[in-house]
Amino acid sequence: MQGRVQLYQRSHINTDEIIPARYLNVHDKAALARHAMEDIDPGFVDRVQAGDFIVAEEDFGCGSSREHAVWALQGAGVQAVLADSFARIFYRNAINNGFYPIEIAGISTRVGQGDELNIDLAKGRVINMTKDEVYDFPPFTSFIQAVIDAGGLLSYLGKQKSGAGISDGT
Amino acid sequence: MGMTLTEKILADHYAGGSIQPGDLIQVGIDLIMCHEVTTPPAIQMLLEHGLSGVFDPDRVVVTPDHFVPNKDIKSAELVRELREWVTANGIKNYYELGRHGICHALLPEQGHILPGQTVVGGDSHTCTYGAFGTFATGIGSTDLAAALYSGELWFKVPESIKVNLTGKLPPGVYSKDIVLELIRRIGVDGARYQALEYHGETLEELSMEARMTITNMAIEAGAKCAIMEADDLTSAYLDGRAKGGDWTVHRADQDARYAQELTIKVDDLEPLVAFPSLPANGREIASLTSEEKESVDQVYIGSCTNGRIEDLRIAASIMKGHQVAAGVRAIIVPSTSTTWKQAHDEGLLAIFHEAGCAISTPTCGACLGGHMGVLGEGEVCVSTTNRNFTGRMGHPSSRVYLASPATAAATALRGCITDPREYLQEER
Repeated sequence: MQGRVQLYQRSHINTDEIIPARYLNVHDKAALARHAMEDIDPGFVDRVQAGDFIVAEEDFGCGSSREHAVWALQGAGVQAVLADSFARIFYRNAINNGFYPIEIAGISTRVGQGDELNIDLAKGRVINMTKDEVYDFPPFTSFIQAVIDAGGLLSYLGKQKSGAGISDGT
Repeated sequence: MGMTLTEKILADHYAGGSIQPGDLIQVGIDLIMCHEVTTPPAIQMLLEHGLSGVFDPDRVVVTPDHFVPNKDIKSAELVRELREWVTANGIKNYYELGRHGICHALLPEQGHILPGQTVVGGDSHTCTYGAFGTFATGIGSTDLAAALYSGELWFKVPESIKVNLTGKLPPGVYSKDIVLELIRRIGVDGARYQALEYHGETLEELSMEARMTITNMAIEAGAKCAIMEADDLTSAYLDGRAKGGDWTVHRADQDARYAQELTIKVDDLEPLVAFPSLPANGREIASLTSEEKESVDQVYIGSCTNGRIEDLRIAASIMKGHQVAAGVRAIIVPSTSTTWKQAHDEGLLAIFHEAGCAISTPTCGACLGGHMGVLGEGEVCVSTTNRNFTGRMGHPSSRVYLASPATAAATALRGCITDPREYLQEER
């Protein structure tokens, strides 16, 4: 995965900010994408390009359980979010959609707006092409990787035929 | 090694035997809550994956609540999709407009929530049900689809934080102030991925309604769930109401392990307001300067946090015989159809009407900036809801302060942020 950084140097970016509830009367990714980050960053939709990464501080995606937040970012072309930490429902929703929530402590202080990143998920490595730096992160647990590899939770479930249990005890 | 209350319930619903925090386990689900915003995407996903059908229609409870009565054409289509799915799958527990309610008030009121259950819902405030000694957590649409299809869901067993509530609430201080105090102390991610387990003598004096206000806002500290041990009051509440027969009361072991333990002496608490734009920004109203006691355009009393009958009684007791200040719009939203009727029968709606309030049918409505009280540019609202994020109730420049129903009612009368004890003293 390669793309540019859209940087937010703040914590607790919540799902109301990612996609305001007034747009939750639809769940089409393209329609939601038109309003992504609208209330905190009205320029985001015009600025974002397919393949970009969002970088933020702590607790990204807190608040409402709306999966629409993941869909709005996916619809806008965002490939992954890199943050110090994620709120738990957003984290689940991301994995369930094959959208990568990558936890790296202090990431928002190490990258700049527009930096070009290359991410190797298998190795757990981010290469900042602009700054010529490398940041490591722990690879996903085998269960989460299996869900992602299956193409999301429902595809995984389809393969497991009503859930044959989880192999990973981490 | 002893287990926490959350661990007890999860272990009871896990086929694999013993568990400990951090384990990834497949958990059997007793009950699933569905509403019109997050369920239609789940229905569509199941269709797309060829996974039709619901594992057990009797374990699903459905109500449209967020944008009802339908706020626009698209919302009407969402509710229709929900209704058609309910019919097609033989789901009997469907609460149509007129019998509907805000999901987290409705399900307990109708006796669907029982101690010892595992409950998931496509809504982050599903954690409310923990007031019954129930493991309950909010999920997104994909997890919802998986749970509806299989009756199971994977969870990471959370660590627990033990919260001891000691002492007796002073006059003018309510359970909303307790939870605002907790979130102020630990922050909006202070319990991230963890369970908040409440204990202490204060709980004995809190009604089920008041307890639900506390568990409701667990997600505002990032928690997976909040939980309280079921007691005599829980049984009394469920008596004649419980659907589904027997329940299991679990207790935390004496030697259970907690990630953290903290105590809130509620005798020391004062009425709080959480300043924009985080629920953790609580401050004592008594400590505010006159400039900080901002004038308000709107007061909103309702939501899954504070729209229950006890909340309406408290607000009405303050508003009785008074008038809402000029220039203030006061909106009362009873949380369920039954609560609306009860408030009517008790004369509360008349008090609100005479004070100059608007009274709405149950809806999540303006709590999340949907409809029925959306804020305009730069407007200020004191609200009994749970979130005051940027743009939560309307325009991104609008400002929301979170408070108890008493504080909201006093604020409506004075027209600026007001300590409810000013009105309680008046009564004496």
